[in-house]
Amino acid sequence: MVRPTQVTNAIRALRFAHDEMPQTELADRVGVTRQTIIATEQGRYSPSLETAFRITRMFRAGLEDVFRHLDIEGDPL
Amino acid sequence: MSFAEKRAWVMIVVSVGAYTIYVATVLSRIGDGPLADVAYAGTLLWTIGGAIVAAIVANIVMAVAGGHCAERADERDREIDQVSERIGQSIVVIGMIAALVMAIAELRHFWIANAVYLAFVLSSLLSSFAKIAAYRKGGFQTW
Repeated sequence: MVRPTQVTNAIRALRFAHDEMPQTELADRVGVTRQTIIATEQGRYSPSLETAFRITRMFRAGLEDVFRHLDIEGDPL
Repeated sequence: MSFAEKRAWVMIVVSVGAYTIYVATVLSRIGDGPLADVAYAGTLLWTIGGAIVAAIVANIVMAVAGGHCAERADERDREIDQVSERIGQSIVVIGMIAALVMAIAELRHFWIANAVYLAFVLSSLLSSFAKIAAYRKGGFQTW
């Protein structure tokens, strides 16, 4: 139940790079609660692919610019 | 604290409150006879009904006080809600099996009704605590 997700993300850094975008604003624009953004940033929650794409779109980035999987980090595609 | 977590706390308070009132009322009626002779049905139905109404009213008040954030439930809320409800329902199944065995054993209706009520209360508590734990420690996701 409490096993941490293997998916890491750069949401905190990307928010910083986008004029310190508040978590509330990102949550509103993505369509989730602020608590979900907090849990995702802290690695306590791995969002659905749908939400992950919406988050990456907010930062105009690619999926793997925002989300990475620890097990496959550095593996050839 | 998220709105859903607050609702879980409300369910705990309402469930424990209603059951405490029920048990205290029934126990206050004990006379010289056995406990199973005490009038319980009316109190049981009133406390269940009262608990449902209290939970609905508390949710409405929290939704009004919480503004627009209170209305939204996202994928994480729905996932936690579904899994925690399923965890709580395990107690209902245990309660129904207990009631079935008690009925077969021809125990008094008092004991069967109280076993079912207790199962509902424990189910509500378990699912609410599971929900709170999920919000605080990271949900039910498995990899």
